[in-house]
Amino acid sequence: MKIIVCIKQVPATNRVGIDESTGVLKREGVESKMNPYDLYALETAIRLKEKTGGSVTTVTMGPPQAKSVIKESFILGADKGYIFSDRKFVGSDVLATAYTLSQGIRLLEDFDLIICGKQTTDGDTAQVGPELAEFLGIPHVTWVTKITAITEEAIVVEQDLGNSYGILELPFPSLITVEKEIFQPRLPSYRRKVQTAGKQVNMFAFSNFIDHDDQKYGLNGSATQVERIFPPVAYKDQIFWEEQALVVAEKIYALIKDKNII
Amino acid sequence: MAVLTINNKRCNLCGKCVMVCPFNAISQQDDKIEISAGCKMCKLCLKNCPVKAIGLIDEKRVMVNKEEWRGILVFVEHLEGNIHPVTLELIGKARELADPIKHPVYCLFMGDGIDQKAENLLRYPVDKVFIYEDKELKYFRVDNYTNIFEDCLRKVKPSIVLVGATSVGRSLAPRVAARFRTGLTADCTALEIRENTDLVQIRPAFGGNIMAQIITPYARPQFATVRYKVMTPVPRVTRPWGTIERCSVLPEKLRSQITVRQVVMKEELPGISEAEVLVAAGRGVREQKDLAALEELATMLGGQLAVTRPLVEMGWAHYTRQIGLSGRTVKPKLIITCGISGAVQFSAGMNASECI
Repeated sequence: MKIIVCIKQVPATNRVGIDESTGVLKREGVESKMNPYDLYALETAIRLKEKTGGSVTTVTMGPPQAKSVIKESFILGADKGYIFSDRKFVGSDVLATAYTLSQGIRLLEDFDLIICGKQTTDGDTAQVGPELAEFLGIPHVTWVTKITAITEEAIVVEQDLGNSYGILELPFPSLITVEKEIFQPRLPSYRRKVQTAGKQVNMFAFSNFIDHDDQKYGLNGSATQVERIFPPVAYKDQIFWEEQALVVAEKIYALIKDKNII
Repeated sequence: MAVLTINNKRCNLCGKCVMVCPFNAISQQDDKIEISAGCKMCKLCLKNCPVKAIGLIDEKRVMVNKEEWRGILVFVEHLEGNIHPVTLELIGKARELADPIKHPVYCLFMGDGIDQKAENLLRYPVDKVFIYEDKELKYFRVDNYTNIFEDCLRKVKPSIVLVGATSVGRSLAPRVAARFRTGLTADCTALEIRENTDLVQIRPAFGGNIMAQIITPYARPQFATVRYKVMTPVPRVTRPWGTIERCSVLPEKLRSQITVRQVVMKEELPGISEAEVLVAAGRGVREQKDLAALEELATMLGGQLAVTRPLVEMGWAHYTRQIGLSGRTVKPKLIITCGISGAVQFSAGMNASECI
């Protein structure tokens, strides 16, 4: 079984602030890591490969330094890895990102299954997986919590829909996004780190792609546009009490009693 | 293609752009400034360059005719005919957005045996309910649901499409938006309308304590998803005026590659979304055993204990108790937060609470 896993490099911290006078984003440190939800996708792929044979290929889109997440995936068990990187991809929203991934994936060999994490911790949209499936013209199932069966032609999965769950069968090729309950991700092994140290990350740029319509990539290919960023509005009616805990507790009690909450 | 260019004759290599870039996309290579693919086009370097060495080349983009797209369409989510309450919140918001631009409010309702339920929707301020009924549409399957959605949008041509940010909505909306090559903004916390029918969408962004104002200026329809309990449910109207339009599609559009083997209702656990009082614990709670004190307080107030994401990640609580962007949205009468800094991903999930 040939599996592709989509991964993304995200900031290691979410403590990004904004300087109100200049409107400039303030960062503390610049460290990056693999999107934590992608570890579950990768783990799922590796388990499936261990069971049925085949291969696991990881793909990412991002700046050249995002290569490091592909290298990390090698340590965890991926066989091959690709980065799609080009200045033309700059400023991509969900639409342009999903399209770029679909064009990159078209350059790879045939696959049976694409696995994505449920969402990223920086964008938090959970939209790239479904849009990618649409661009590739394959069915998808999101929020997969369990793989109940797998055959040559199809996979049976359990989908969490909030108040209900469904058991669905979908044929290959197809795409799933997985929840955290699916499998516990393994820890990177030192042995594999040494073994995979020299492994190449393949790179595709815009010039490698088949579709050269630059209205479909980067900022031009993005349908949404961020007009401005601003700090969240603070609450207007704030009360500050700086006193002994017992005194404050009395005051809180009186307040919520007064408001008829209890 | 919009690109940033650097005028090397002007650039004095002061390094200001390297410093202000929030995405680390600018670096100095020998005696030149280079911008990498990490650039998100925030244009902060452009604004901050003291010698105006950074320029923007922006080609004109193809623009849709916005006049051709009229109306605000709400996707009606349901399970076996039971309409999800987020739908009524979206209808309320749709009405609010539609009135100033004098657009109609539509509902799209697809399923099996939903006739009667569609009648119920007319009690709310909607102008028209489009229904697609077929046994193939009994359960949500993303491929044929997308086909039906597409059929309806091609026919109705609404300017705006609102979908609940539920498990179903968040799987379906991106697929439909991609088919129309248009924008979709997830988990909007506020929506406003402009005279030119552009929808102003506000949501937390960049994974930080920052809100972003997003528009879809070139494409239609404009898609947005909104969480349950973020907007206010719409009251019924005294004299309904809406109508129902039955729609049909070619059989091949109803075909799905996905087979539903079983759908099981989960046991009703008292969820934090419905609680009137919540005591929420965050990372400032140092030890798991301290949660017991907060749980006790919650019980005394007749409420429930909720948590932030880090506590779920540490395995201290089940994710059904998590508030925030990757958890639940809550709207209790009272929420007491303990050891919570108030990151925007958290507050987006509880901002609408009456007393914090």
